[in-house]
Amino acid sequence: MESKIICAGFGGQGILSLGKFMVYAGMEQNLEVTWLPSYGPEMRGGTANCSVVLSDKPVASPLITKPNILIVMNTPSLDKFESKVEKGGLILVNSDLIERKISRDDVTVKYISANTIALELGSARSANIVMFGAYVKYGGVVSKDTALDALMHQFEGKKGADSIKKAFEAGYNL
Amino acid sequence: MTKKVLMKGNEAIAEAAVRGGCRFFFGYPITPQTEIPEYLSWRLFEVGGDFVQAESEVAAINMVYGAGGAGGRAMTSSSSPGISLKQEGISYMAMAEIPAVVVNMVRAGPGLGGIQPAQSDYSQAVKGGGHGDYKLLVYAPATIQEAVNLMYIAWDKAEQYRIPVFILGDGMMGQLMEPIELPPMKQPNDPEKFDWATTGSHYGEGRRIINSLYLKSEECLQQNYRLQAKYREIEKNEVICETIDCDDAEIVLTAYGSVGRICKSALPILRQKGIKVGLIRPTTLFPFATKVFEEVANKPNVKRFLTVELSAGQYNEDVRLAVNGKKPIDLLSRMGGEVMSAEDIVEKVMEVIK
Repeated sequence: MESKIICAGFGGQGILSLGKFMVYAGMEQNLEVTWLPSYGPEMRGGTANCSVVLSDKPVASPLITKPNILIVMNTPSLDKFESKVEKGGLILVNSDLIERKISRDDVTVKYISANTIALELGSARSANIVMFGAYVKYGGVVSKDTALDALMHQFEGKKGADSIKKAFEAGYNL
Repeated sequence: MTKKVLMKGNEAIAEAAVRGGCRFFFGYPITPQTEIPEYLSWRLFEVGGDFVQAESEVAAINMVYGAGGAGGRAMTSSSSPGISLKQEGISYMAMAEIPAVVVNMVRAGPGLGGIQPAQSDYSQAVKGGGHGDYKLLVYAPATIQEAVNLMYIAWDKAEQYRIPVFILGDGMMGQLMEPIELPPMKQPNDPEKFDWATTGSHYGEGRRIINSLYLKSEECLQQNYRLQAKYREIEKNEVICETIDCDDAEIVLTAYGSVGRICKSALPILRQKGIKVGLIRPTTLFPFATKVFEEVANKPNVKRFLTVELSAGQYNEDVRLAVNGKKPIDLLSRMGGEVMSAEDIVEKVMEVIK
């Protein structure tokens, strides 16, 4: 088993954190993991992406050219990575910021109004948590409880931990 | 087993340095290695060490010269353009036989180049880099865990041979996060224990002088002989090299560092296609794993080699010297910060075995 995930969006959407939640969840489940950010002259509003590998064997290359899961939070990211997803793969689309539909029919697609859901729960900033919940449900190799534990561990003792949990549940229960 | 922690390559290298006894850091920021000084700027004070952000790279490397000469466990880190600036000091340290550690998280060159990963400082690291006949002990880790393990022993080796140890990483390794096991804290050696360290003269003892200037050619010659004898000793004792599946391989890949692990991803894909493929992945670049290449090149099952590197063929030059014409060698090279994928390697292998 090797799960190759690319998370992409613009800076400030919590893309790199989204990748880290996956990694922490994977570690909790004793999987081998790597997390590789795109790095460069990136800033808020610019593009950001990270590559996450979860595997039951030591990860050789952390570099992903053909992901089996793509999570996109804005249109430029979808344009960039849509064609790269492996046949039979999964694309999670933030339909609040991406108006167009996926043009391929050989992949599974889930459209998620991540921003709307997050906003309804009180914090637009947790759109990435909604996506994480959806990822665990549809593409996850990690069980829900493990993923939620790992996530909450990151927010231990912090304000708003409760709304994080709600955002995760909302994403998971879509 | 101790619990694994998730750390970024640069931060893991910094923490491993502290645990390996490093107490002094002198440097100047540059992407993609700035997390190393950032981390050490608070961490070293927790263990009674010192951190200086110098006014320039040249100043930083000369501070390392001073601290290392006094027997302290000192280091600097930088990325390609910054390392070029440090070459004068590194050459001085080689001649003055100062133990220290220098980390280069390589970015694309030449010039200011770009900030994406590259291996185009290979020759600079392995063939000297500054002026004069000298070598560094050069480690090229492929994973963050390997980088941690090498940082942990780096000062032991540096002091054993009185030589600067060089860690050759790349931007990808610096930014990557992986779970690692951290080794326990090791205390640095007491500088008083060294008979060469400039710790201040003791009553009745002659002055200790650390110098790289030998104006009398006969003395300069003798010092060069001493250095060369040391390098031969290192060649004899310090080679680290991993080989995979070379016993039945028809084509043998070779790569170091991050590219070594990308090659590892290509191996099962190729085996599945029925291609008998192996890998030579050296961890030390000086000393070079010449004997390993000789042995593999002599195997009748091995038909050819493919060198894979993020430079124009610098590493391949040493591969060719070691294989010494026994088998043909092809090269897959990327430059400018572009990194080849496992699929690119598979494609190249299919092309050359046709």
